[in-house]
Amino acid sequence: MDPTVETTMTVNGSAVTRRIPARQHLIDFLREDLGLTGSHTGCEHGVCGACTIRVDGRIVRGCLMLAVQADGRRVDTIEGLSDSGELAELQRAFHRRNALQCGFCTPGMLIAAQDLVLHQPGATREQIREHLSGNYCRCTGYQSIVDAIEDVLAARRK
Amino acid sequence: MTTDTGYIGRSEPRPNALRLLQGRGTFVDDLRFPRLAHVVYFRSPHPHARIRKLDFGKARAMPGVVAVVDGAALAKYCKPWVAVLAHLKGIKSPPQHAIAIERACWQGEAVAAVVAGTRVEAEDAAQHIEAEWEELPVVVDMEDSLAGRCVIHPELGDNICFDRALDTGEVDAAFAKADVVVEETYEFGRHTGVCLEGRAILADYNAAEHALTVYHSTQAPHMMQDIFSRHLDIPEGNVRVIAKDVGGSYGIKVHVYADEMATAALSVMLRRPVKFIADRLESFLSDIHAREHKAKIRLACTRAGEILAFELDDLTAIGPYSVYPRTSGIEGNQVVNLTGGPYRHKQYRARTRVVFTNKNVTCQYRAVGHPIAVALTEGIVDRAAHELGMDPAEFRRRNLVPDDAYPYTSASGMKFEKLSHEEALDKLLATMDYRKLRAEQAGLRKKGIHRGIGLAAMIEVTNPSPAFYGVGGARISAQDGATLRLEPTGMVTCMVSVTEQGQGTEGVFAQIAATAVGVSMDRVRVITGDTGVTPYGGGTWASRGAGIGGEAVLQSGKVLRANILEVAAAILEASGEMLDVRGNNVVDARTGETKLSLTELGRVAYFRPDTLPMNFQSELMVTRHYTPRGYGFAFTNGVQASLVEVDTDTGFVKLLRHWCVEDCGTVINPMLVDEQVRGGIVQGLGAVMFEHCLYSPEGQLLNGNMADYLVPMAGEMPDVVVAHVSTPTQTSELGAKGAGEAGTAGAPAALMNAINDALRPFNARVTVQPCTPERILKALGKV
Repeated sequence: MDPTVETTMTVNGSAVTRRIPARQHLIDFLREDLGLTGSHTGCEHGVCGACTIRVDGRIVRGCLMLAVQADGRRVDTIEGLSDSGELAELQRAFHRRNALQCGFCTPGMLIAAQDLVLHQPGATREQIREHLSGNYCRCTGYQSIVDAIEDVLAARRK
Repeated sequence: MTTDTGYIGRSEPRPNALRLLQGRGTFVDDLRFPRLAHVVYFRSPHPHARIRKLDFGKARAMPGVVAVVDGAALAKYCKPWVAVLAHLKGIKSPPQHAIAIERACWQGEAVAAVVAGTRVEAEDAAQHIEAEWEELPVVVDMEDSLAGRCVIHPELGDNICFDRALDTGEVDAAFAKADVVVEETYEFGRHTGVCLEGRAILADYNAAEHALTVYHSTQAPHMMQDIFSRHLDIPEGNVRVIAKDVGGSYGIKVHVYADEMATAALSVMLRRPVKFIADRLESFLSDIHAREHKAKIRLACTRAGEILAFELDDLTAIGPYSVYPRTSGIEGNQVVNLTGGPYRHKQYRARTRVVFTNKNVTCQYRAVGHPIAVALTEGIVDRAAHELGMDPAEFRRRNLVPDDAYPYTSASGMKFEKLSHEEALDKLLATMDYRKLRAEQAGLRKKGIHRGIGLAAMIEVTNPSPAFYGVGGARISAQDGATLRLEPTGMVTCMVSVTEQGQGTEGVFAQIAATAVGVSMDRVRVITGDTGVTPYGGGTWASRGAGIGGEAVLQSGKVLRANILEVAAAILEASGEMLDVRGNNVVDARTGETKLSLTELGRVAYFRPDTLPMNFQSELMVTRHYTPRGYGFAFTNGVQASLVEVDTDTGFVKLLRHWCVEDCGTVINPMLVDEQVRGGIVQGLGAVMFEHCLYSPEGQLLNGNMADYLVPMAGEMPDVVVAHVSTPTQTSELGAKGAGEAGTAGAPAALMNAINDALRPFNARVTVQPCTPERILKALGKV
């Protein structure tokens, strides 16, 4: 009926071993089984980016990956990346610029933005907009988000 | 207030954003309860069909299933509703049940509920419901609906939900004497809000107390408390509605949804908590849609460029039911009220007809009616300017209601306290450097680059009085309240009936409370969204939160400050008039010298009142309410401009820049207002560029998912320049009017005009939104 697979992954630095239904998506495992509700499900078909998390350092859609596929991998969510301080600079900039309204897209947006900070530190305003185009925000009109990321990139270049 | 304006007018970051930035907010789907059951709905695959049979046998046998319920069974727990209001004369709609009984009237209407221990189990079981349908004739097109060959609800006699006409008189005479008459028909595609958090509700019925607690992603907790109470037959005082974090609303979450009522009724029926989270596919099928209109508009003017009259004939389709409790007649009604709104013509005739169809229901979505009215007005105004050979900015300037003409009553009867159209237009043209852009446009045209500049002036309904809903019999509060309490440590807790949906309400209230009481913002905690805690009020809609809720906070804060000074006077054995509260301390009003900290004052007032005079009782918790009066609405005004480049080979439109000057009176937090305006503009641009709920001729939604229904993405949107004129309303001390919808109201008109301005050398126009590449190429005669 609903076969399960023993799966071990490292979530926010801690090892987790569970028998996981083979069909369960990673985002549902994180939210429902581990209570990590900071990552959100917006569309469940890989478009909106609200469930963006990091697996082995790369950003992925939690709704497009099965939980069992995370076996042996390192998964980082907004909770862990907040506690480690890795996102602190972006979070401060988002706060200062009011780069969020309802906040539902924000965890995914921050993790996508951090990917840019890490891998494309010289990004222009247009490149920031392009990079964020996999993450929908329905509230802000995006401009303050772009401003906030631009602030962080500029501060890092100094 | 303090001698200075304190935090008012300052771009303070929102304190409540911090939890959201760490993913530590609480949306409904984040809540965990013992014995929580999950419901999914089995929805009609047909737009109009009789339910011959629903067989739940197999579904009920699936693992984890608690109950499978049809409409008749649930009707014992939830009374149906009829969405009409007395002030919309003649509006009619049939009763609607929490779960459809006997017949489904649109594709996506729920006809059964499956409740199980987990959502996965419920979804698995729902697939085993066996339904037999008898398909019925379908009314999809609104002109077919009007023609009435097939009547969706035979007991109503025809398909017309609401029909409103307005006539100032002498309209024909005005058209007869006009030098120029222009006429055009515009069409608007239905679209929807696409909140990133789907609709969400967790209802927790306590059978012992006959009490219901509802955790609800809603804009209007008290309205929902009243509705749950009346339709589930639970005393009002036993119903508590809590709105924690809400993941976007834009008007989508201010309505009564059948599946949400069903969820609450299921909790009562099953005597346990039940949660419903709309997934994205059912959101497209069941969140209200909006803005499906087809309208013919005419404008009469003199050769010199004076507008004499407008005439409007609007048709709009709302699905099979008027939506409860606000009705689906308001959007058409607003189109009638607002068309021609910025201008000083005297003659106006308008009609809107609101008809039923077998598509998803429509109702009030951000800027209700404004995007239609503004696009109609500004589209035809541009057309007239072109006929006259007059610059469109100049033509507007000659016809806008002058800044010294107030108070003013528009041709449609709207009363304006004070608007600033002329100043706003001047500021816009200067900010965007209109002349330079026109020169640049002319130069580029010679090189085969087709840029367009579009303008749109607008008025906006904000801070509605009871005239909006209350007078029609809707139990929707037009007043709001704020309770402020000084805590023993000198902190201030501020409880307000307006809710937070991300627009920054709580931040703005903290600014006002801190200013009014005389404390720093970090001393203020704001609580909203809980009918068990806050004063009674309307919540968040119609750009009313800051103007109405903010005034209640201000008045409450002023009284709390006075009460603090009475306590201080008692402690210090001084006259309260010689004292003031500044920077978390009681100070000498003249010298500013600190006399007493609020921490010390709180300690004495709460823990050592025995040290105060025998007959003295401190009152460190204060509630004040505010109702807007004097005008039906605090109208605001604004003007927007869009700059685009159209590729005339592909029909693609590139948005280069957008400008908005608007006047929301007192600006409490410029950063938040600007971001509201920008977000609203982007939703408005989306309507012209992408957003469209596409239905097949058979009534099937063709693009009901996020991959096929396009919304604006970061890479496609331009930078938006926002500037302000500030004309505070004199009807409140705060002077704030609303800002939440201005962007959405004006952006579609500005963008459509910009596209048509770019197409001008080809004598081509697009008058159907969204203005897709295909439609642009058709207008150019290329396809």
